[in-house]
Amino acid sequence: MVAGLLPPAADPGVRPGCVVAFRTRHTGRVKEILADLDRWQRQGKRVAVARVVDIEGSGPRLPGAAMAVSEAGEVAGSVSGGCVEGAVVVEALDAIERGTRRIVTFGYSDDEAFAVGLTCGGTIHLFIEPLDW
Amino acid sequence: MSETPLFDVVRDALRAERPVALATVIEGPHTGAKLVVRPDEDPLGSLGDPDLDRVVARDTAGELAAGRTGVRHYGERGEAREEAVAVFIESFAPPPQMVIFGAVDFTAALVRVAKVLGYRVTVCDAREVFATRQRFPLADEVVVDWPDRLLARVGPGLGQRDAVCILTHDAKFDVPAVVSSLATQVGYIGVMGSRRTHEDRTGRLVEAGVDQSGLDRLRSPIGLDLGARTPEETAISIVAEIIALHTGRTAPSLKDTHGAIHR
Repeated sequence: MVAGLLPPAADPGVRPGCVVAFRTRHTGRVKEILADLDRWQRQGKRVAVARVVDIEGSGPRLPGAAMAVSEAGEVAGSVSGGCVEGAVVVEALDAIERGTRRIVTFGYSDDEAFAVGLTCGGTIHLFIEPLDW
Repeated sequence: MSETPLFDVVRDALRAERPVALATVIEGPHTGAKLVVRPDEDPLGSLGDPDLDRVVARDTAGELAAGRTGVRHYGERGEAREEAVAVFIESFAPPPQMVIFGAVDFTAALVRVAKVLGYRVTVCDAREVFATRQRFPLADEVVVDWPDRLLARVGPGLGQRDAVCILTHDAKFDVPAVVSSLATQVGYIGVMGSRRTHEDRTGRLVEAGVDQSGLDRLRSPIGLDLGARTPEETAISIVAEIIALHTGRTAPSLKDTHGAIHR
């Protein structure tokens, strides 16, 4: 799958009071996307959630960063600085359709077909699953 | 087991700013299985094995207390030093707290920097004219009180992720502030003052009954050796010291070190 086939995912950017990368854990990133999740659930849309579970080297977002995708392709949150969001949408829609749960890895060292580079040169591991729990 | 979906439990806790942690099997049998852990409540959900549940619930409670998020590995029945099951433990802890004693210019700068880093900030000074909301618009709370009285109230809630910064450099405030801070579990206690103020204060603290282990716990004089002069520069040197404390690192310049920036 090629990320470029989809429009780039909306990057919410840095909002006031939003801490991008610091070791202190705040009320998690999932909190930032709750309003969108609620709205999609009310609309009866199926949703998948991608969470950063691990990073190697420089990662733009720390573990716990989260992004959600509705079956209509709407996006909330982000898992990188905008580098891999397009590819994550593809994986998330696949998770919704097939009910799969798996780790997906992005990074320079990745040989797989969906090797989308991170500008920071690091590797991120995402866990992508349907929000059916 | 609760009929409420686990996600709803997590969402409600997040909305109420109550601490909650979510453990998810990301590799191994039962991938996607979940456990929700909240302080002082029974865990909800299951990872597919009662022994694994018990071990992961215990570890998750510990990670939540420290505000840490990351992956841990177990055997299928929760055995340590095995790799069959990877569990992503995600802590949703309320923001760390910083209590600043002394309503001075350095305080205003430190409040700003602490807010950038996501702290919930309380400013406390016994002098009503200085401890005003107008002077510290970004502080979450501005309290007119004595340090020992404030800490009697909020001290029991302070933990390893939290910080107390004592910027009064006036012995009659410093000594009670230090003594009551040492009685808490707070992770960082920084005390401002010149080398001379520090020496004088150390003597007074010993007189007040503070032992060597108490003195060793203090970051005094406060901050990293950055050559900071202005309130803003000093605020950076203080939070940099707190970051280095949490990462367990000394803080030389990147220019003078080798190896990967992120380890």
